[in-house]
Amino acid sequence: MEFGFTTAAYVVAAILFILSLGGLSGQESAKRAVWYGIVGMALAVAATLIGPGSGFWLLSLILIAGGGAIGYQLATKVQMTQMPELVAAMHSLVGLAAVFVGLIAHFEIGRVADYLAGGGDPYELGTFAALIAKKTAVEINILRVELFLGVFIGAVTFTGSVIAYGKLSGRVGSSATKLPGGHMLNAGAAILSFFCLIWYFNSGGFFPLFIMTLAALFIGYHLIMGIGGADMPVVVSMLNSYSGWAAAAIGFSLGNDLLIVVGALVGSSGAILSYIMCKAMNRSFISVILGGFGGTSGPQMEVEGEQVAIEVDGVATLLNEADSVIIIPGYGMAVAQAQQAVSELVKKLRAKGKNVRFAIHPVAGRLPGHMNVLLAEAKVPYDIVMEMDEINEDFPSTDVAIVIGSNDIVNPAAQDDPNSPIAGMPVLECWKAKNVIVSKRGQGTGYSGIENPLFFKDNTRMLYGDAKASLDKLLPLID
Amino acid sequence: MKIGTPKETFAGEHRVAMTPESAQQLQKLGHECLIESGAGDAAGFADEKYKEAGVEVVKTAAALWKAADVLAKVRVPDETEMKKLSDGQTLISFFSPVADEAKMQAAAKKGATVVAMEMIPRISRAQKMDALSSMANIAGYRAVIEAGNNFGRFFTGQITAAGKVPPAKVLVVGAGVAGLAAIGTSTSLGAITLAFDVRPEVAEQVESMGAEFVYLDFEEEQQDGSASGGYASVSSPEFREAQLAKFRELAPEVDIVITTALIPNREAPELWTEDMVAAMKPGSVIIDLAAEKGGNCKQTVADEKIVTDNGVTIIGYTDFPSRMATQASTLYATNIRHLLTDLTPEKDGVINHNMDDDVIRGATIAHGKEVTFPPPKPKVAAIAAAPKKEKAKELTPEEKRAKEIAAFKTQTRNQVSLLAIGGALLLAVGLVAPASFMQHFIVFVLAVFVGFQVIWGVAHSLHTPLMAITNAISSIIILGAIMQIGSGSALVVILAALSVFMCGINIFGGFLVTRRMLAMFQKS
Repeated sequence: MEFGFTTAAYVVAAILFILSLGGLSGQESAKRAVWYGIVGMALAVAATLIGPGSGFWLLSLILIAGGGAIGYQLATKVQMTQMPELVAAMHSLVGLAAVFVGLIAHFEIGRVADYLAGGGDPYELGTFAALIAKKTAVEINILRVELFLGVFIGAVTFTGSVIAYGKLSGRVGSSATKLPGGHMLNAGAAILSFFCLIWYFNSGGFFPLFIMTLAALFIGYHLIMGIGGADMPVVVSMLNSYSGWAAAAIGFSLGNDLLIVVGALVGSSGAILSYIMCKAMNRSFISVILGGFGGTSGPQMEVEGEQVAIEVDGVATLLNEADSVIIIPGYGMAVAQAQQAVSELVKKLRAKGKNVRFAIHPVAGRLPGHMNVLLAEAKVPYDIVMEMDEINEDFPSTDVAIVIGSNDIVNPAAQDDPNSPIAGMPVLECWKAKNVIVSKRGQGTGYSGIENPLFFKDNTRMLYGDAKASLDKLLPLID
Repeated sequence: MKIGTPKETFAGEHRVAMTPESAQQLQKLGHECLIESGAGDAAGFADEKYKEAGVEVVKTAAALWKAADVLAKVRVPDETEMKKLSDGQTLISFFSPVADEAKMQAAAKKGATVVAMEMIPRISRAQKMDALSSMANIAGYRAVIEAGNNFGRFFTGQITAAGKVPPAKVLVVGAGVAGLAAIGTSTSLGAITLAFDVRPEVAEQVESMGAEFVYLDFEEEQQDGSASGGYASVSSPEFREAQLAKFRELAPEVDIVITTALIPNREAPELWTEDMVAAMKPGSVIIDLAAEKGGNCKQTVADEKIVTDNGVTIIGYTDFPSRMATQASTLYATNIRHLLTDLTPEKDGVINHNMDDDVIRGATIAHGKEVTFPPPKPKVAAIAAAPKKEKAKELTPEEKRAKEIAAFKTQTRNQVSLLAIGGALLLAVGLVAPASFMQHFIVFVLAVFVGFQVIWGVAHSLHTPLMAITNAISSIIILGAIMQIGSGSALVVILAALSVFMCGINIFGGFLVTRRMLAMFQKS
């Protein structure tokens, strides 16, 4: 049975998916791009149902509709601050689905072998079985490696995403914790999986596959447990990449090019995101995954001076006199749910003809692009939201820089102190502005435990307290 | 407390330390204000104005000195005034602890507190009371105006029907506050302005004001102004030679020279020597803002304007701020008012002379019957130490070209070696794997390539939508489940059904949430 029609639909779907990702290069074209993706997906599913899907298509439709209803609920109810959790939860579903599909492929291989031995016609078992039946022994072995990889990556993605979800939603402590043995445990589990691969390759039994699945589940769990909260942007984009590679591996084992294409697209997309995030933190991918900060080469610079506090009326005076303002949001803004208040402040300041802009560091927040989405939700126009490279040179000509809930991404030690753990990380040079206001809960250091000399600078004033409460008090004072 | 301002006794001094406006602000702090009759006349503030502002006008200086608790003045008190100073009084004025050491001792002995305006530390917090800076700003502006008054030509170049007029060339030596003010004034009048300073870090400021910074061809590391609190210090003999050589080269070209080089508590360095003056064109003007400290040009006569034999005018006035008395008084009175604000932390009209405060401690030279000069080193460094930077070398076009070629070569080498390794790997796979695998493999590799090309173009701000949408489309794995759902075995059906269900959640959830997010991005 050949499905020329299905293949044609797959080609169109693949092109639509590529256009859909490519369309995300701009805010306006992105709105069209989603439709490309939706149409592509609908086409692919419909073509599969009509073509090689055969049998139980009603059940499939019902299940899709049921899943769709839940998906709709999730998508419409979710708070924008919870986006990282939602994305992580969805990754876990893709990972689990990959594991299941991989296991199915394994069972099918066994069934087809039995059937052939019994002298039956494997074409009765459906398209996939037919495909297997045509394969030679070498091809079957390759098929085993492919599905083994698919299951492995899927399992790592699944538990990893579940843990990432737990950390992002606060159900699991966000600090980096490792079982005794640390990375040796991961390495051990990986080696075990490798032996299982050889075993499975030779025997084709279910047991090695099962052991490997358990080992992979453990790796996913333990790997992500060992990574701290501020590294989450890398973790989430890495899991995104994994879910893609899992799909690609499954595509290989099913001999389905569309799966391969989409898996490769998603995989490379996640890989690039991880790369961008790592570069923005000036850390290697390995050091993020292995957790903790890299070795320092000497004592850190002593921070001199004192943190000078300021009250809201002082901030109001500064803002009323300022002509240009740059706001630097961080995860603290998301935690305090202060984006609406920030938006109000910006509206008021802009109404007075002041030049107000946002500076977004690539790793601000817990998800790539997290801050952009939060600000967009609060109706901040996107053309005043700038990337780090676009705005860094403008700080010296800025009157007031407001830092809301960010720490490491505005740490001058990254440039001044070669011994700092974050030395060399690109940072927003807000201290070059005439005045810097830092809205912060208390005097402690941030997630990374690195002292921030910005807070001690002469032109820095600390506005202590919850960001939302402070801003709400500030708003009526802006006239 | 009663704050009193007497009429300045120094001949030719037009400034006054209190204006009606500053008096109003002082009253808000809970103070009462007194002024000697006629003190503000020379600066354009009549007695009536003071009365309107609620200031008590006192007839004589003697009565004022007697009534006031705090005396705010411009110039250091003269001998008669020193006699009127009494125990417990606070005196705020310009008061050099080196030049007027005897007066400082006398004041301390009497039990008076003396706050010297020139001793205000140079830290950000104290800028609002830095009277040296506000006076220097005026001096710099006025220096250019005086120069223009004595210069026979336009500042700006013009081409008129009556002929071409070349622009004036102005050299400003010393880019402190006065220097920068002079640069700003001179460039806005249209002159070609050159500026020099021993501290190379001010080059940026100079250039930002529109002047050209004069660099020396000098190897030795130049001064770091942060070590001396932002002021210049004495330079090495070699450096001085290099500097003078540069000035000699410039002397015949420039029309106006404004020197502002001062080193705290020292005689002004000689920077414009006699031979440079001799080399200048007739009609040129030199304004020596350092005249009070001996002058940067030794021919300068303090408080006088002289013309040399070759027709160069040298102006050594020391009273530039006083020549703009209204402006100078407004700024100085504001500086005083800010200082008193810091001295009255509770705003209740009670002076709290907090000797733990860096700024107050630094400026106080006599307190509690003791001389309190020199002050201890302040806790906060005036200016953060500049990190030692390797100055990027200016590359010649050939070097640039060479660098580009080298970069291109390494890039090519990297790419070729990557391709070679990748090709070899693919070949190795191809040798082992069957043809059916390779067909899919080609698709895979190409898709990865397309993915890399496409994703680099995605806007940073759309990274979250990107993740949501890739999430949705990676649920394409649903195809694998749909294909197998009808295959018979119960276990397979259950697993496939679960997969289809989960993917359904993902597809709808992913696309919908992406749409929701994208709809929020709005243009202003």
